[in-house]
Order: sequence, then structure tokens, then C-alpha cells
Amino acid sequence: MTKVFKLKDLDCPNCAAKMEQAIGKLPAVNSASVSFMGQKMVIDVNDEQFDVVMQKVVKVCRKIEPDCQILL
Amino acid sequence: MKKLTKQMIRIVVALVLFVAVFAIDKVINLGAVWPSPYGWLFPFGLYLVIYLLIGYDVLWKAIRNLVRGQLLDENFLMMVATMGAFALAIYRGVNGQIIEGFDEACAVLLFYQVGEWFQKYATRRSRRSIAQLMAIRPDYANRVNGDNIEQVDPTVVKVDDIILINPGEKVPLDGVVIKGASSIDTKALTGEALPRAVAVNDIVISGCVNLTSQITVKVTKIFYDSTVAKILDLVENAAMKKAKSENFITKFARYYTPTVVVLALILAVVPGVVTGDWATWVYRALSFLVVSCPCALVISIPMSFFVALGTASRHGILIKGSNYLEQLYKANVFVFDKTGTLTKGNFAITRVEPVSRRTEILRLAAIAERDSRHPIAMAIVSAYGQRIPAGYTLTNVAGAGVIARNADTIIYCGNEKLLQQYHIAFTPLNVVGTVSYVAQNGTYVGAIVIQDEIKPETIGVLNDLRQQAISTVMMTGDNENVASSFAEQVGLSSYRASLLPQDKVDAVEELLAAKGKNDVLCFVGDGINDAPVLMRADVGVAMGVVGSDAAIEAADVVLMHDDLRGLLTAKKVAHKTMMIVKENIVFSIGVKLLILVLAALGIANMWLAVFGDVGVAILAILNALRVNLGYYKRRKEGLLNVRLANILNTNEKT
Repeated sequence: MTKVFKLKDLDCPNCAAKMEQAIGKLPAVNSASVSFMGQKMVIDVNDEQFDVVMQKVVKVCRKIEPDCQILL
Repeated sequence: MKKLTKQMIRIVVALVLFVAVFAIDKVINLGAVWPSPYGWLFPFGLYLVIYLLIGYDVLWKAIRNLVRGQLLDENFLMMVATMGAFALAIYRGVNGQIIEGFDEACAVLLFYQVGEWFQKYATRRSRRSIAQLMAIRPDYANRVNGDNIEQVDPTVVKVDDIILINPGEKVPLDGVVIKGASSIDTKALTGEALPRAVAVNDIVISGCVNLTSQITVKVTKIFYDSTVAKILDLVENAAMKKAKSENFITKFARYYTPTVVVLALILAVVPGVVTGDWATWVYRALSFLVVSCPCALVISIPMSFFVALGTASRHGILIKGSNYLEQLYKANVFVFDKTGTLTKGNFAITRVEPVSRRTEILRLAAIAERDSRHPIAMAIVSAYGQRIPAGYTLTNVAGAGVIARNADTIIYCGNEKLLQQYHIAFTPLNVVGTVSYVAQNGTYVGAIVIQDEIKPETIGVLNDLRQQAISTVMMTGDNENVASSFAEQVGLSSYRASLLPQDKVDAVEELLAAKGKNDVLCFVGDGINDAPVLMRADVGVAMGVVGSDAAIEAADVVLMHDDLRGLLTAKKVAHKTMMIVKENIVFSIGVKLLILVLAALGIANMWLAVFGDVGVAILAILNALRVNLGYYKRRKEGLLNVRLANILNTNEKT
């Protein structure tokens, strides 16, 4: 399932790149794309694990860029 | 907005204080004000205050991210560089050497913040160009409910609901005019300056603005299927499909920072151990850290693409991703569908053979073609212009024509293949145009010649492409003769004739297989029946598709306005963007490497490092913003045409 999320206060382009890489490495995430300019994230996650994975995604984002919020 | 202004005030205050302290220090040497072994404490204190004022947020983020295990965080590296510089200066002071270096630590952080501020400012500015486009989102619809008119959210309006659109309001949903006439401004969607006149039974597209008078519209699509929703969706998500150069930069950035940090560590330790001159080498290592952030690159490349996508959409060109911009730049084979793309697609009957039986031929053809939405069929039906006899069973013979049957008659209407297939003798006509042969009960009756008008801009556009060394190929269902004379007339480099709709995919596949590794094939069609080809081509361009969902979905690039010149504009934007991207990559990486080398050799001090780093970032960003400049010629021409038309009209009246 592919989903688009808006990101709030994503202020650092390098963090966006780091987030993209880190999220892409999570298990059950097929692909992830974070757009700094668009302030958005598109992730493709296996359906059944969606909620679990999203929690991990949020955690990863908080670790890399604590100011940035994922609007779920 | 507030955040940026606050930040700017802070930077200006810090900068003024810094310049003041710096100037006084240079004139009277602050370290010598109180001559004592602790004389260095005075300048240190002053600079430290400025340092904390300008950098408290960097320090806070650095510590916070360090706690979270982010060792290579840019804030942390900046903190190490500046605090290291302070430490070196203190070391000097304690050892009674010349008091210097406090200013450097302060300056590095100050200019780092200037760079950060500028980056945020530029990002916001370039986002605004997309935000402007977002302004086409309608806020409400005036729904007619019995005798009442209620203002509702466009998303709750259903198909077949009736809505009113007042002058000055946006068309909220796609629909058909059922009452009134007005002119509609489609500029936000198509980039076309001329307003379009609409009357009863005309289609209106959401996102346009009603200009002159109230119209009543029957809704044909719910909001989520409407043109405006589709376009907004497309534009909003375009930045997600990243170009190769974007991915290259991300990858580069991933290795750049760790490499610089490791080099800095080596530089700080190894020569120090060998020479014993720790201060010099630690200083050089700290200068390294100043340029350790790849931000200029990481921001300027996506920004170039982002601005380009916005620029293109302002000209009625929707590009679905940065990757297509890159492809469009490289595209050197353009394949065109003929009908509706190179030609207007409004067919007109130019000849009926034999003329003596004109009405009868048209009547028979109209019976066979009455249900078809093909432009040729529609031309025939409208030329006949009378009530078409009913009661016939219609059979479609793919790529050949139609057979109409009733109890006592069989009518054949189609190209030569159809008549050959049914072994009907006929006289082939060799003329430019499409020929429809008509036969009844196995006997040839006559033929209709239908011709399509060439678009006024076709020849110019093809010529322009040829000058860019791009090969142009036409795909058409026309026979060899018609195709070759047409190709010569408009200046195509080659053509594929006698293609059935389903053959187009194969023909494109063949071209794709035959092309070289670096060739990029771009297919341009009007979006009718060519969705599979649009998907298969490296870049699929659909044009004049306002209202055609399938085409908007299948295409990679959508020209909202039915004008081939949009192709040239798209190509120009792509070219300019890629040039700027390349410049930025070479320039930013080049300057950074140069600074690293100079710092390692001791030629560049920290001042130079920070100026170089922030300077290159600002220049790269300014360069990226340049993407949207210099395409306004066409719009001006458009306005000029309106004025000319007005002048001509008034002259005619007088």
C-alpha cells in the first residue's frame, strides 16, 4: 500500500535525505521517498504490518529530525 | 514568516555586534586592555556572548541530536569546529601567545546561520510558485436546491447536481453549461491568455474562472474526479519522482560528511604526532569541519527541479516528476501521433466521388458511421445533416471500417482493406487525405475524401526540433502515399504509415528496441486511444487533454493547452533546469574540494572556509531560482494578440 504523508517543519534538506534512507531500510517498507521541497513523504508498506511500521517510521523521523512532525 | 523574520533580526543584531567588537579589537587590541596573564578573558567574553546569541539553537540541536546518537549531525560538527576554535584561542591565551582566533569561532557560526537563513528563505520563495498554482482549488460551489441556492463544499456536490457560477468565481467542478453564456479564463490551467467563450452545451472545466456573466452548470464529475483535483494531485506529488541527479546528490551527501570527518580526524592526529605541532594541524582539521555539511548541494538540486515543475505548470505544462524533466532534456526522438496532434483533428469532407451521387453516398456512409465517435465519422454525419435512417445493425471491422445491415441491404463503409476483404471491385482514389469507400450490397457506390487541417504551429515546431538535432517520427493510419506527402509537407524526418490503433504500441516498441542506449524516445499524442503508447514511451506527452482523465493518468507530461509549442517550452525548461543542475553540482563540489585542499595545506583559514561554504550555497540557490526566469515571451505575445484582435474588431465595426 502506498501512502502519502505531509511533513511539518521539515527544515533541513540533508535530514530529509537521511530520513528517506533510514525509512527505506526498515523491514516491510518497500520504498520510501521524502521530498524536502514538497514537505511530503511517500511510503510503500506491506499492508498487514502498516500500523506497526508506521510507528517505527515516526520513531526514525523523531530521531533524525526531532522538529519534524508526520501528519498522520 | 515570523520565524524567518525573528531569525533575521537575530542575525543582524549579532552581525552588528560582531563587526563592532571585531573593529575595536583590531584598533585597540582588546586582549591588551587589561595587561595581565588573563587579558585574553576580555575579548573571549565579548565574543562568547555574540557566539551564544547567534548559535544557541545550533548548540541546543547539536546536544539534543548527540543524545539521540546522531554523531554526524551538521549542528554537532559546527559546534565541534567553533568550540575547537575557541579552545585553540584559549590555549594561545593561557600560554601567553598572541591573542587571536576568538573572532573566527564567532564568524563561522554567524555565517553558517546566514547561510541557513538564506536557504530557508529561498525554499519558502520557491514553494510559493507552487502555492500560487494551488490557488486554483475552488473553495465552494453554489448548489441549486429547489428554489434555494446554497453554498457548499465542492466535495459534497454529486453528479447531475445543478450549480450556479457567478462572474469572478472559480468553476468548482467539471460540468456542462445548461443556461447562460460567458467567457472563461483558463489561464491557471492552460497558460493561455485568451479567455474562452462558452455557451449552452459547452463543457466547463474546474479551476477556470468565470469572467463575464452567470452560468448554470450541470455537474458531470464529482470533485475527486474533476480536472482540478487531478491536477492538484499531480502537481503536489511531482516532486516525489526524483531525478537521477537528485539521487546522485543524496548518495554523494551520504558519503561526503563521514569522509570529511574521518579526514579531519586523520589530519588532526597524524601530522600532530609526527611534527609535534598540534595547534596548526588541529586548526586545519577544524577548518575541514566547517565545510562538512553538503547542504548547498542537497538543497539546490531538488530546488531547481521544484522551481522547474512550478514554472512549467504556469505555462500549462504539467510534468509528473523531476525524472521526466531529466528525460525530456535528453529526448532526441519525438514520435507524433498524426490526428489531433500534428493536425487539428477536425475533419472536413473535401470531395465526394462521383459528385452526381453525393447525397446518396453521404446517406449510406452516415448510416454506417452514425454511432462512431471517430472524427471522420462525425464529419460524415455532420455533412449529411439530415435525419439518419435507423434500423440497421452495425458491425465494426477493426482497422477497416463498418458494415451496416438490415433485412434487405448491406452497406460497407471503410478504407480499401474493407472492400478488398469483401471482394468488391472499386476505383482507388490517389489523393491527399483519408478516403472512405462506400459500397452497397456488394456493389461499389463511391468514395468520400476527408482531410484534416494541419495545425498552424506544426511546421514551425517540427523545424525547431530538427534544428536541435531531434528526429521526428509520425505514426498514422493513413496509407503510404498520404503519409509521405504529409511528412514532406510539414518536415518530418520519418513516418510509419498504415498503422491500426493497436499497431502503434508495436511500432513504438520497435523504435524503442532500435534506439541507442542514450537515446530517449518521447511520444506525443492527443490522449485519445493512445494511453498504452503514452505509458510505453520513455516520456509520454499528452496534449490538449483538459477533461480527458485517461490521458492525464497515462501521460508523464501533460500539455493542458492544445498547442504544440508547449513541447518546445517544456524542452526549454528541461534544458535550462538540467544546465543549472549540472552547474550547481560541478560548482558546489568543486569549491568544497578546493577549500578542503587549501585548508589541508594551510592556505585557507577558517574565514575562507566559511565564506566559501556559505557563498557557494547562496550562489547555488540563486542559480536554482534562475530556472523560472526568461519564458515570458509567449505570454506577452498572447496578450499582444488579444490587443491586436481588439483593434481589428473595432476597426471592422467602424
